[in-house]
Amino acid sequence: MNRRLVNDWLWPLVAFGLLAFVPKLGFSIPKLFDQPIDSPGTLALLAACLLYGGLALTYDIQFGFTGLLSFGHALYIALGVYLANIAITDWHWSFWPAIFFTVGVSFALANVLGFVSLRVSGIAFAMVTLAFAQAGAVLALKDPHHWTHGEEGLGADYTKLPQSLVGIVNTKNLYWLALAFCAAVFFIVRWAVGSSPGRVWQAIRENEARVEVLGLRPRAYKLQSFVLSSTLAAIGGIVYMLLYSGSTLVVTAPNFTLTLLLMVVIGGAGSRWGAVLGGILYTYLNDRLIAIGSSSTVEGLPHALRTPLEQPLFLLGVIFILIVVFLPGGLAGLVVRGRATGLQRIESAVGRAEVDAA
Amino acid sequence: MSTWLLLTITGLGLGAMYFLIASGLSLIYGLMGVLNFAHGAFITVGSYGTWWFSTHVFDGVGSVLWRFLLSALLGLVCGAIFAALVELVLIRPLYSRHIEQVLVTVGLQLAFVALITGIWGPDAKTFAVPPWLHETTDIFGAHIPNDRWVEIATSGAVLGLLQLFLRKTRYGLIIRAGVENRAMVQALGIDVRKAFTLVFAIGGIAAAIAGVLSGVYFNTVAPEQGTSLLIFAFIVVVIGGLGSIGGSALAAVVVALTQQYANYYASSGVGDMVVVLLLGIVLLARPRGFAGAVVGARA
Repeated sequence: MNRRLVNDWLWPLVAFGLLAFVPKLGFSIPKLFDQPIDSPGTLALLAACLLYGGLALTYDIQFGFTGLLSFGHALYIALGVYLANIAITDWHWSFWPAIFFTVGVSFALANVLGFVSLRVSGIAFAMVTLAFAQAGAVLALKDPHHWTHGEEGLGADYTKLPQSLVGIVNTKNLYWLALAFCAAVFFIVRWAVGSSPGRVWQAIRENEARVEVLGLRPRAYKLQSFVLSSTLAAIGGIVYMLLYSGSTLVVTAPNFTLTLLLMVVIGGAGSRWGAVLGGILYTYLNDRLIAIGSSSTVEGLPHALRTPLEQPLFLLGVIFILIVVFLPGGLAGLVVRGRATGLQRIESAVGRAEVDAA
Repeated sequence: MSTWLLLTITGLGLGAMYFLIASGLSLIYGLMGVLNFAHGAFITVGSYGTWWFSTHVFDGVGSVLWRFLLSALLGLVCGAIFAALVELVLIRPLYSRHIEQVLVTVGLQLAFVALITGIWGPDAKTFAVPPWLHETTDIFGAHIPNDRWVEIATSGAVLGLLQLFLRKTRYGLIIRAGVENRAMVQALGIDVRKAFTLVFAIGGIAAAIAGVLSGVYFNTVAPEQGTSLLIFAFIVVVIGGLGSIGGSALAAVVVALTQQYANYYASSGVGDMVVVLLLGIVLLARPRGFAGAVVGARA
């Protein structure tokens, strides 16, 4: 059988297929999880891991595969988180119309804002996307129409949601939903980067000037990548809203995009497995380090050592810096050796812009 | 009239802080091409350094004024040392790898805020300042808080000193030449790397001053304070033109006043939106900003 077919489609299918049986596992893994695998607490954590794995991969479409450094990806996730919830809870729409409306709006907004922001490249693109995301964050905080409820957040009206996704007893369904999202993003990305436009994205990342010389217009291709990435992010946002049964301002903060960047770089930019594993690992550690930080072993440590350990973001930030400095290919770079991986390849996309500017 | 005057002076006070942060960011980007997210950490070092010295070391020593000045001075020293160390330890090994440099500063900023929160908790802290700062002066019927004058004066002094340094000293000349064309400066046999550490130290001091002043302006210091100031400072840098000190000063005033007026006369939050839109418009219509180096290559 074709090796590419096996590596890119069959093994992932087997892996995601096996993950689908996780809610059926009745035993517990003492050190890794507090509760048995099939308990709602553990399943909710695993669902969050898979959701972030998928979200990190949506970010990697533009960052790792096309070389676009955006600081505003959170805007589209937040759009999914908030708009679907607003349509259901504030406007009393039923579930499916709200979902389709949200996806449609996200697609349209990604086209408009992408078209505008892609007029500039490199760091300027990063700043424009940051600015748009900041505008969205201010809008959600100030809440001029009383839709988002500002800092209080907006709890979803659970009577309008599909009943199979509501309540602690249905955590396993939410797990499957997150798994389906992660798998769908994975296969869509595999298909997209293998298609002929996807090859142009990667060519833009490697050398945009050469793509232009070939008679292609990089901007149109960059817009495709941006829109795919943003629309999938909004769908991930809807899953987020269902998983956390509501919307809060966390998803609008600039830091939210930065954490996605951390996940992608830790796992390995421009690698599908890398981004997904980075998202899973980051989310898992972020949750578990708090538990370790308050555990009895750490309790015995002197104050100066203990306090930093209680802040997962401190440890994750340090891990991230070490990976950037010593392992630019991320965890995926450990496996793939002998060619430029991860950040080194994106460097030519963002770094070249600086050279041209000089 | 008195409301307008109060808004204007307060806006200038806010703009003064934006300028202090933006000037360092702008020099660092202009010279090294690094968008320095860790600048938020420099602000925090300044504000927390001042708070720590005034409550842990000089508590009850001398008059409030001297305690404040001495603590602030030591806060600035901490800011300068911290910034220079960041350059030497984290930025230098990644020389000419721009995206990694940006990412390292992002990681440092996130980790540092977490560390400060871990050590001293998420709550806001206050440090003693001379009571005069919180009194008001009446001008044309407007009650202007006195700290606004200090912010504006300090920032004006920093602007003057920076311009003097850049125009009258040898290192200033190297920095200005490096912003214009770094490759040429290196080709002339000048070790531009010393200038890198220097701009980081200068940026660290300016950001630490902003940190101290933000402690006075908001009455408190908190771990996240640096981050929120940083975003607007980024906007100021881009609007003002990367690498241009004068452009940053002008943009800081424009951004802060726009924010103040729109937040008051329209409604709260509108000012922030307007500033963001302003950034979008400037970048798309004039990617070089008001003055200075090119932001986007193939814009």
